[in-house]
Amino acid sequence: MSARSTFRALPTLFRIGFAEMVAYRAEMLVWVLATTMPLIMLALWSTVARDAPVGRFDQQDFVAYFLATFIVRQLTGAWVAWQLSFEVRTGTLSMRLLRPLHPMVSYAVENLAAIPLRLIIALPVAVVALLLVGSERLPKSALLWVVFLLSLLGSWLITFLANSAIGTLALWTGSSIKVMDVWLALFMVLSGYLIPVELFPPVVRSAVEVLPFRYQIGFPVEVLTSAHDTRTALILLARQWTWVAISFFLVGVLWRRGLRRFAAYGG
Amino acid sequence: MNEPMVSVRSLRKHYTVHKRPPGLKAAFASLFRRVPTVVKAVDGISFEIGPGERVGFLGPNGAGKTTTLKVLSGLLYPSSGEVRVDRHLPQKREDAFLKKITLVMGQKQQLLWDLPPSETFALNRAIYEVPVPQFRQTVAELTELLELGDLVSKPTRTLSLGERMKCELAAALIHRPTVLFLDEPTIGLDVSMQVTIRSFIKAYNERTGATLILTSHYMDDVAALTQRVIVIDKGVLSYDGALDELARRVRPEKRLVLQLDSPVDRATLEALGRVVSVDAAGAVLQVPQESVAPVVSRALATLPVGDLTVENAPLEEVMSELFSRSRAERAEVEDAA
Repeated sequence: MSARSTFRALPTLFRIGFAEMVAYRAEMLVWVLATTMPLIMLALWSTVARDAPVGRFDQQDFVAYFLATFIVRQLTGAWVAWQLSFEVRTGTLSMRLLRPLHPMVSYAVENLAAIPLRLIIALPVAVVALLLVGSERLPKSALLWVVFLLSLLGSWLITFLANSAIGTLALWTGSSIKVMDVWLALFMVLSGYLIPVELFPPVVRSAVEVLPFRYQIGFPVEVLTSAHDTRTALILLARQWTWVAISFFLVGVLWRRGLRRFAAYGG
Repeated sequence: MNEPMVSVRSLRKHYTVHKRPPGLKAAFASLFRRVPTVVKAVDGISFEIGPGERVGFLGPNGAGKTTTLKVLSGLLYPSSGEVRVDRHLPQKREDAFLKKITLVMGQKQQLLWDLPPSETFALNRAIYEVPVPQFRQTVAELTELLELGDLVSKPTRTLSLGERMKCELAAALIHRPTVLFLDEPTIGLDVSMQVTIRSFIKAYNERTGATLILTSHYMDDVAALTQRVIVIDKGVLSYDGALDELARRVRPEKRLVLQLDSPVDRATLEALGRVVSVDAAGAVLQVPQESVAPVVSRALATLPVGDLTVENAPLEEVMSELFSRSRAERAEVEDAA
């Protein structure tokens, strides 16, 4: 489907994606509750910093950091690896392939369609955060707010494309869920989701700087909590979008080669 | 023939499958060493189908019918050979190609499970870029022809199999495709629903001139919908032609169906031909084609015949015999090897 045609179909795709999301309200609530790890870490690190700061983080800093982490996580989640792996294994990917719409576009829309509901969860938390820690930790300039929004988009793209690349591996291996589990474990530790990246030992931090995980969560959170000046934020933004480009290329290669192996199981 | 709608030349589709015997030991061993086996799902078939033709793919389970259909619809890449559908290479999956075709699989669905079929219709309208006035007209026609009523407003998961199948067909035709690939479209449906689906498909073909390629194990589907059959067995094309001619080749005998006013003993009937069945109400005899006229004359002269019809053998029996012969021939080849 051409870019113009895809763009024209987007309103309907989003509407239906949203309708599917709200079809099972309890499941939606369970998903939201399952992503509350940042709130648990908030409690943990606040306790650790009660008597003295950890690095530059005092209690208020940890509160701001992990509330921001919760918000960013709600807005940048993706689960296409599980969808793709399942659909390859059962052959139901066929139904997407028969339509003149790239399956990655339909997966993207289905994942993005959940954001309005997640915004409903994220917004009250954002308000609470503002009340608790004040607005002085928010970005001071319009440019930094633009960087934040771009970093949010970049974060979602890396998450989605990583999911897509791993899901596409199922075209070779039959199922790639375990690979996704490994990715998630690395994400949890290295992205800033559980521990601010700044608090890693220097050797680990050097490795984290060049890996994509930090740019999925840590970087947007750092921008939102004014951890960087404008110059540093722009440099990190460039690194994040380099990872977006690498991920995009990787998914393209894996998808084209993997599709030749698709067996379309099932009668 | 005009330029064919479907052109297949020396199509091969081979899979590598890893076989493993049952048991824990074999499962563990497969972690370190797997035994690959090449399965030749389609092994060098060639045929052409003209625009507007209705063709049935027949063959036993595992013959390669559905694999061929999936290659034609672009889901599978051929291992070798050339396939064209309306001058497109299906494996390229160009938008222009995908907008011309539809594939309906009786065992898979495109309807959104948690939403009413009307939402799938709307989704397809957007994806296939169907103008809204045409969409509304098409939905109205399909709703009437398939008697959908308020089914389109209920979540798909609440519909029965037959109701879902009707809605699946409607969803598949929203964009008015010109090539229909139907893979066992009436599987699992009751008799009346099968008749409804067949009537609809035939009407769609006659009204729009769409090319139809069908696979089915129900001979009633094949007899009602197709003018020509292609028999595929073990990935190889064994027959391509009219269904009647196939029946004559495999089972050249005719069947005499006799309604008898009073019972007749079996020996008397066997003197006329091979007795297929006999009961108090009548009998069915099988006789060579060239003997039909004299046997009918003798039957009318010597038996208490209330009614008599001359028929071909049921298609199910024809196919069963065809596949049995094929299995026997393969067994001979394997034994010889």
